Amino acid sequence: MDTHKLNVATTDSPAAKPRKLKIATVSLAGCFGCHMSFLDIDERLLPLLERVEFDRSPLTDIKRCGFCDIGLIEGGVCNAENVHVLREFRAHCKVLVALGACAINGGLPAQRNHLDLGEILQMVYRTGHGLAPGSAIPDDPELPLPLNQVHPVHEVVKIDYFLPGCPPSGDAIWAFLTQLIDGRDPALGHGLLQYD
Amino acid sequence: MNDSFMLDGEEIPFTPGQTVMQAAAAAGKYIPHLCWHPDFAAHGSCKLCTVKIGGRFATSCTVRAAAGQEVENRTDELDARRRTLLQLLFVEGNHFCPSCEKSGDCALQATAYEMGMLTPHFDHFYPDRPVDASHPEVLLEFNRCILCELCVRASREVDGKNVFALAGRGTKSHLIVNSESGRLADTDFAATDRAAEVCPVGVILKKRVGFAVPIGARTYDLQPISAAGGDGTTGRAGDTSAPRKTEAG
Repeated sequence: MDTHKLNVATTDSPAAKPRKLKIATVSLAGCFGCHMSFLDIDERLLPLLERVEFDRSPLTDIKRCGFCDIGLIEGGVCNAENVHVLREFRAHCKVLVALGACAINGGLPAQRNHLDLGEILQMVYRTGHGLAPGSAIPDDPELPLPLNQVHPVHEVVKIDYFLPGCPPSGDAIWAFLTQLIDGRDPALGHGLLQYD
Repeated sequence: MNDSFMLDGEEIPFTPGQTVMQAAAAAGKYIPHLCWHPDFAAHGSCKLCTVKIGGRFATSCTVRAAAGQEVENRTDELDARRRTLLQLLFVEGNHFCPSCEKSGDCALQATAYEMGMLTPHFDHFYPDRPVDASHPEVLLEFNRCILCELCVRASREVDGKNVFALAGRGTKSHLIVNSESGRLADTDFAATDRAAEVCPVGVILKKRVGFAVPIGARTYDLQPISAAGGDGTTGRAGDTSAPRKTEAG
């Protein structure tokens, strides 16, 4: 795991402050609950912001991921755009973290995995109850194509760290991030390691 | 007290005929396990309780304790192997803890916490296992079955009903219900059966009590399975009976 540790040492004089680490975050096939839980670190955001700056993230609204030290991925992979974004993060982040249940095992969206995608689309847009006349399966070319199954992110790219939970608590995210930023392998004990 | 062996450097007494697991449990020592239960004959199938005795692998639920044994249990090497076994179980079924009524009371989940499992690691099978909600009082959620056969053993040996069995081979092994229709409602299964409360995971669930105890306040939310005894059969949320403690000692 040592290869994934972050080098936070300063390159200037010993008195210089370490440079801020760059963090990017994204929600793929997730509900943004993990991001909400991230905000649950509350006022600890302020000391965090003394050590990190945000690149692409719903918090900054930056659309493309630049080169970053840490990438936090919420949600699994359910469509072609998710795959594209996930690969962009992998290419730009030194350390990639699967954040939350959906990124780790597909979560709620993966409950469709034993069903046929075509039948689901037919049911939702054509044959289901309460549909407006003329309803059809969306086919706008700008819509990303759904995948046959929802996948955890580790089935698509190499993931360096995993932080389970639905969502992981603010305390778990804080403990994880501070250890990672300090250059240690994050370790979560009882009470912080939760799958639910 | 001549009859004793060493478990991770601690002296554990035993009575002749006891297995390493039984003696350890009696002494209050936790050896990770899923298919073992103190009230039933050892099954030896989940392999979570594999220890090293004199440097050789052995399932502690089937090996008889012997004087002078040197048993390794909670070593990094053995816990890493246990973590791998758990990861295989997680990807073979559909284990979505956030939507499971058993979350927090589940031996599989709690054992994975204990082993520090952060990811299932392998590619998921996402098997198709329809739920059987036919019985008026009990739900069968086959997605979570780990094939421990505790319900099979309880129904056969305690209830005398033979309601459950395993069918198929290899990765196609699965739990079945012994009725012509295959549905639980068409058996003489009752919610008061021993088989109804022995499931270590969230397959056999009593209806209408699912979230009586909120997530966060359940058995293994409060203490890790190694401290809770780890028998995997704590009372379901809403059960009138107190959580079962099973250590003999």
